[in-house]
Amino acid sequence: MAIPLTYNLRSLRVRWTSTVVAVLGIAGTVGVFVAMLSLAKGFKATLVSSGSPRNAIVRRAGSTAEMESAVAVDHVKIIEDAPGVERAGSGPLVSPETVVIAAFPLKATGTDANVQVRGVSPKVLNVRDNVRIVSGRMFQPGLNELVVGRYVARTYSGFELGNSVKFGGGTWTVVGVFDAGGSAFDSEVWGDAQVVKDVYKRPANVFSSVTVRLTSPDALTGFKDALTSDPRLTVQVDREIEYYDKQSRALTQLILVLGTMVGLVMGIGAVFGALNTMYSAVAERNREIATMRALGFGAASVVSSFVFEGLCIAFVGGVLGCLAILPLNGLTTGTMNWQTFSHLAFAFRVTPALLAGGVIFALLMGIVGGVPPAVRAARARVAVALREM
Amino acid sequence: MVRVDGRGGGNSLVRVRGLDKKYQRGSEEIHVLQGLNLDVDAGDFVAFMGPSGSGKTTLLNLLGGLDLPSAGSITVAGDEITHMSAGKLTAWRARHVGFIFQMYNLIPVLTAFQNVELPLLLTKLSKAERSQHVETALQVVGLADRMHHFPRQLSGGQEQRVGIARAIVADPTFLLCDEPTGDLDRKSADEIMDLLGRLVREHGKTVLLVTHDPVAAERASVVLHLNKGVLEEARKVEAS
Repeated sequence: MAIPLTYNLRSLRVRWTSTVVAVLGIAGTVGVFVAMLSLAKGFKATLVSSGSPRNAIVRRAGSTAEMESAVAVDHVKIIEDAPGVERAGSGPLVSPETVVIAAFPLKATGTDANVQVRGVSPKVLNVRDNVRIVSGRMFQPGLNELVVGRYVARTYSGFELGNSVKFGGGTWTVVGVFDAGGSAFDSEVWGDAQVVKDVYKRPANVFSSVTVRLTSPDALTGFKDALTSDPRLTVQVDREIEYYDKQSRALTQLILVLGTMVGLVMGIGAVFGALNTMYSAVAERNREIATMRALGFGAASVVSSFVFEGLCIAFVGGVLGCLAILPLNGLTTGTMNWQTFSHLAFAFRVTPALLAGGVIFALLMGIVGGVPPAVRAARARVAVALREM
Repeated sequence: MVRVDGRGGGNSLVRVRGLDKKYQRGSEEIHVLQGLNLDVDAGDFVAFMGPSGSGKTTLLNLLGGLDLPSAGSITVAGDEITHMSAGKLTAWRARHVGFIFQMYNLIPVLTAFQNVELPLLLTKLSKAERSQHVETALQVVGLADRMHHFPRQLSGGQEQRVGIARAIVADPTFLLCDEPTGDLDRKSADEIMDLLGRLVREHGKTVLLVTHDPVAAERASVVLHLNKGVLEEARKVEAS
């Protein structure tokens, strides 16, 4: 049988000051690590949740984002007639869209930030069923009216219902606020696509992209094959959710790389903290360890005992670090979306998997910090250590 | 029967032949034990005396399998321990040796009960059986009412008695005591020596004791003097 765990737990309590230092070091590291990952997770989730598995987005072949895409009006007609497109009383559920950028003052600082303005079809709410008007009403086709995402209404000045807003050479009236479920659309302003193009003096016969509601998620293959094999079209078709997933990749990876680097650097510091604590624990308890070795406990028992002690410190640190960043869950922050050059709001997303990852990271630090002192403890010469005071 | 001339019979519990121990200190070689012979029978109570640095503790460490000799052999209850691997020696210690230390060497964060239970964790006894053995051992040393006390809540004499309970709880082949009274006042030291004497007389234990204290050594049935690494004489102590 191994050395009783009570021995380690009580020893940790007796040496509580150095234990607390090591625990806090690991807690801080895990907290920062999980916070960075939850930031990346939140950013990705915000963009991915903008897409629906039943929607397809059609762009000019070769374009990486809507901003650099162009789809002609003639082609919109072909798209509407393609197989797999959902139809309702108002005809095919297709939203040809034009995307532009406008600068609006932030309520918090008064400085301008870019907002994505999306000219959409009046049928857009049927195409994107994750978006609903929560106050006011939908814009009327042909009028300079806007509906704004709830994050825009909350963050920027002048977007109260009924207010007039000037941008792009036109004056617009805010008639509604929509909720897009925390997706990227919550950071957008929507108006009628034709009006947006007129005001921005964009060619009347060109849209940025076309979003299509499919009859089912499985209808994408037939729809895509029909469009990409049509010699009249040079377009690319993506499932909407995959398009937004690709859009999130660059920034998500940047955050992940930075988060991992910061986590590693802090982790090295925390490991040294744990090493220091465990080495001093071993040094202070040389005679106790030697006594147990004399009584017949093997080297493996001593190693596992001290590794367990390191893991205890790490586990408590990991759990504390996770608890400390839990309040961040759902907290909204914003960043530049480098694909659209506009401000995008997103929330930290602290998931159970991330918390488990944080605790595992902590345990790894515990093992790295616990094993070398444990091996030293087991290697000490018993006869010599027994005589130490 | 205790002999130091290397002519003991084959039935000795402890049989030491030609034991050498050298240490290297820088370029200097220190010869701590030189060709030492010893035979101890079961139930003997042997005290080793000698000046500091004479090799008493080294001998005890070698007999307890805590250190390896430079030459010679040690056989305990038929097992030659001098060529055992570290792992086997550890298991052998758990089965055959009960250590009693000068500074008691109790684990401060464990209660008297838990300290005494430690050697039993290396056996296959059930929890209930372990508890029974621990309680018995603590009763033998007169500390059954202190079993849930931590070492810091006990006097020096009581701590050493817990140390003795820990040494006997697994019923080892012999007890090795390194200055067990060295840190105690006279009264406590006498109590400890009384207890060791009782373990020999009433429980048939074999005790090998290292001490500086002639009063403590008088309790042994045989006193051996170790000088410059050689067992010089064996003196039988008359029972008082």
